[in-house]
Amino acid sequence: MKTDLSLRKIIGLLQKGEVSALDLVKAYLEQIEAYNKKLNVYLSVNTKVLALAKTIHGKPDARYPLLGIPIAIKDIFLTKNLRTTAASLVLDDYIPAYSATVVTKLEEAGAIVLGKTNLDAWCHGSSTETSDYGPTKNPWNINHLPGGSSGGSAVAVATDLAPAAMGTETAGSVRGPAAWCGIVGLKPTYGRVSRYGVIAMGSSLDSPGPLTKTVEDAAIILNVIAGKDPNDATTSPTNFDDYTNELEKGVKDLKIGIARDYLLPNMDSKVKDLIISAAKLFEKLGAKVDLVKTLDPRFAISVYTVVQRSEVSSNLSRYDGIRYGRDRKYFGQEAKRRIMLGTFTLSTGYHDKYYKKAQKVRTLFIDDFNKVFKKYDLLIGPTMPGPAPKIGVTEGQAMFGEMADVLTEPTSISGLPGISVPCGFVDGLPIGLNIFGPQFSEGIILRTAYAYEQSTSWHKQKPVDFKKVIIL
Amino acid sequence: MNNYTTIIGLETHVELKTASKMFCGCPSNHFGKPPNTQTCPVCLGLPGALPVPNKKAIEWSLMIGLAFNCKVSNFSKFDRKHYFYPDLPKGYQISQYDEPLCYEGYLDTSEGRVGITRVHIEEDTGKLQHTTISGSDMTLVDFNRSGVPLVEIVTEPDIRSAAQAKEFAQRLRSILRYLNVSDCDMEKGSMRLEANISLLQEFPISKFQFPINKNKSQLTKLPNYKVEVKNINSFRFMEKAILFEVERQKKLLESGYTPKQETRGWNESKNITVAQRSKETAADYRYFPEPDIPPMVFDDSYIKGVSSKIPELPQKIESLFIKKYNLRQQYAALLVSEKSLALYASDSFKEAASLGVDPDIVAGYIINQKINIDKVKPQDLVKDIKSKSESKVGDTKVIETWVDEAVKNLPQAVSDYQKGKLNAISALVGKVMQLSKGSADAKVVLNLLEKKLSSSKN
Amino acid sequence: MANKTEITFTSESTAKIADLAKLKVEKKEENYLAKQFNQTLEVIDGLNKLNTQNIPETSQVTGLKNVFREDVVDKKRSLTQKEALSNSKKVHNGFFVVKAVFDSES
Repeated sequence: MKTDLSLRKIIGLLQKGEVSALDLVKAYLEQIEAYNKKLNVYLSVNTKVLALAKTIHGKPDARYPLLGIPIAIKDIFLTKNLRTTAASLVLDDYIPAYSATVVTKLEEAGAIVLGKTNLDAWCHGSSTETSDYGPTKNPWNINHLPGGSSGGSAVAVATDLAPAAMGTETAGSVRGPAAWCGIVGLKPTYGRVSRYGVIAMGSSLDSPGPLTKTVEDAAIILNVIAGKDPNDATTSPTNFDDYTNELEKGVKDLKIGIARDYLLPNMDSKVKDLIISAAKLFEKLGAKVDLVKTLDPRFAISVYTVVQRSEVSSNLSRYDGIRYGRDRKYFGQEAKRRIMLGTFTLSTGYHDKYYKKAQKVRTLFIDDFNKVFKKYDLLIGPTMPGPAPKIGVTEGQAMFGEMADVLTEPTSISGLPGISVPCGFVDGLPIGLNIFGPQFSEGIILRTAYAYEQSTSWHKQKPVDFKKVIIL
Repeated sequence: MNNYTTIIGLETHVELKTASKMFCGCPSNHFGKPPNTQTCPVCLGLPGALPVPNKKAIEWSLMIGLAFNCKVSNFSKFDRKHYFYPDLPKGYQISQYDEPLCYEGYLDTSEGRVGITRVHIEEDTGKLQHTTISGSDMTLVDFNRSGVPLVEIVTEPDIRSAAQAKEFAQRLRSILRYLNVSDCDMEKGSMRLEANISLLQEFPISKFQFPINKNKSQLTKLPNYKVEVKNINSFRFMEKAILFEVERQKKLLESGYTPKQETRGWNESKNITVAQRSKETAADYRYFPEPDIPPMVFDDSYIKGVSSKIPELPQKIESLFIKKYNLRQQYAALLVSEKSLALYASDSFKEAASLGVDPDIVAGYIINQKINIDKVKPQDLVKDIKSKSESKVGDTKVIETWVDEAVKNLPQAVSDYQKGKLNAISALVGKVMQLSKGSADAKVVLNLLEKKLSSSKN
Repeated sequence: MANKTEITFTSESTAKIADLAKLKVEKKEENYLAKQFNQTLEVIDGLNKLNTQNIPETSQVTGLKNVFREDVVDKKRSLTQKEALSNSKKVHNGFFVVKAVFDSES
């Protein structure tokens, strides 16, 4: 069977009995066999996946909406009895004794964990290049970066090595690779989705989110993974309805702002043009669209860097090699740099100057968004400042990730949701449109993204570069 | 020779006896359990695990603070305290830094009021054990204790003597037991004391202008060093350790040295404090607000509710015993040390008052005859005392001969009593009763013994 | 937005931080890392352009408060001794093992 189908279509086929869980798993394993080596997407493939598929006989329904559907999981989510590495040699042989809440929820909905995807080690990066297991390749041009840190998950979905995948975003780690790989990436509100069992990077920032082929698929997965988790005190008790019911509502009643300051001065004008065309499309679809002034997103780089590194230095303290994993000398360069800088920004004498100052500017961002979202339902802008750069550009760039993620960092430090949807191409590489809104506006974000997607065809284009056979 | 004021502050850690741990559902009763059998992802510090605070532990901590006359913060939060040690699974301890649950309280002792700086909640660490495995020195780690709720109570440097420190700690333990929130067993480690000790040289006030008030710390200046003494696992050791430190520091100061600011441990076999090996790098705990736990906000009605759950506390009962029943202070203090005993005594006194028996005699009976309060009903006890006193030999001449014999027979008890171990008198009373085959009037015996022992002193 | 940073890392301060973070940094790495840290600090110093007088700090964005669990033993997440020790390189009679650390009793 074909592996390029959306979740919605696969669910339909399963419900009609036209394919079985086993057919699906076999098809994806074949696709993995064909391309995984070249793209370096999966760090581990679940060896029990065929056996699991054989045990599934029912069809997806309200109780088991994902019954029989294989899903790729970023290797930052713990999976019980299935190796979990965070793409770091520190955890090279780590077999978790428990599963992340998100994984449990997906499994309880009937999904099958297909395998664990590559990432920047500990999510430290926006390129998947800092993985201790080598970079993942961008399928649109394998000499380019896929983005990160959820690069493996993005490429798995873009190249049909999985129908959908889970990622995590601290700032840009879902939306960034989704944009650079030409798929949909949803970063939910901080606290909408449980972090329990997700190896922590920036604890006040981390948000698990799906990477999918379509906006509807993102809504389907969010339905399964969202909600209060008694094991994560920061999850929200805020109720939500079936997100797929929002999709058809259109944008006629919405006020959408183009985030003027997110069209950076030195940005490729072709990127800006794509955003302006998207804005015009929304206007055509009936939304009210204005150019809106916000706090300069570049200040968020500093805030994000300090907060994230401080939290990283703390979160990675537990890796001492006593109870699990290997000792601290196995940390790679990037992790070491982040731990040390974070240790510094929290240390006596510098805590106020860096950590506290950053947390104050964080408040300025939140206040600014609160003001803007009193007048506008949503903001739009580019997800990334440009298309995916070439592999190797991050070399010696201490701040590559933080600079690349400048347009997603303001929402991350403010805990806001956003989605990246394909909105065109620059130099043959995909560009993402970032649609973001206030806390718990996932419903409005999804329907806006859906309206855009249904009126464009960018998402229908598929990468082919990775299929080229290189003849030496 | 200079005069010195002893400056002591105490830090007390007590494990709460909640059913579950501070941030996870593992049982918190860890004593004597096989190693690493009471852990989960949270308290073992596994990747991805997150803490969720125990409601009861928070409530109990507030209760403790209120019992020590503290203010309760309307806003409080957890912070991460970072350091590396094999018993600390996450590389940080979830504790409280600048927004403790409770602050600015006090506890009165017979030598004056002791300020309580703060009361906060944190998690306990795992336990280390030193051993040799095939010839090399190794440390074994058990995480059963990891994550058990631990309350820290910090005093102001208001304590002026070893005896006051001991009294303070005893009163503190007694209150905690009344609250029924901790076993406070020092041997099992559910109560741990640390003393910060330093000496302040007293100069003529006219010259240096800082008033020294020995009861309440209105010291405008503290010594420029302090010595922290750890590893104290009984009140007696604490007293000894403080006395030792005071002498040690005095000697140093006399010879012109400032004692080194350091952590020392009490070595109970040698009866000395010993400098603990200090790590080369100074600690920098890099506190920051725990991002995994939302902050805590307590409104006044909630605090009132917690406050209403606090039972009557020993000091109040003690003064009631003295005032209402005319008890000697020493008896009153002993009887309120445990809540069950205090209740028993209180019931007995009510009975005694109605039967016309002197409650002080009843108190003496309870203490000296080691009455089993679980078996003997207060009514029966008082009836017994009344009937005995009516049929007793009350002739002092006769009793005196038994007293003399008892004193001769039990020289150890006599010297213990004279050294201040007042309980030792019960052995002598027992001896007299034995000699009299139970016929002597206990009140007369006690009076004669007390007279005898104080007159034969020196 | 790069500025000349007021605080400059040297190889010594880098070594000190590495020690605090319990990381081993080779002598030859120190200089390189110091340079990278200075690069990062130059960016971070951009924060000083914003006035934050009287602005409170935000360390959490959820607005949640008083999130507690009831005091009940929950065995669902309990690990057996075998599970607890399963990923450890060195165990002995049910304990984790580390090279001797000398504590108070030394």
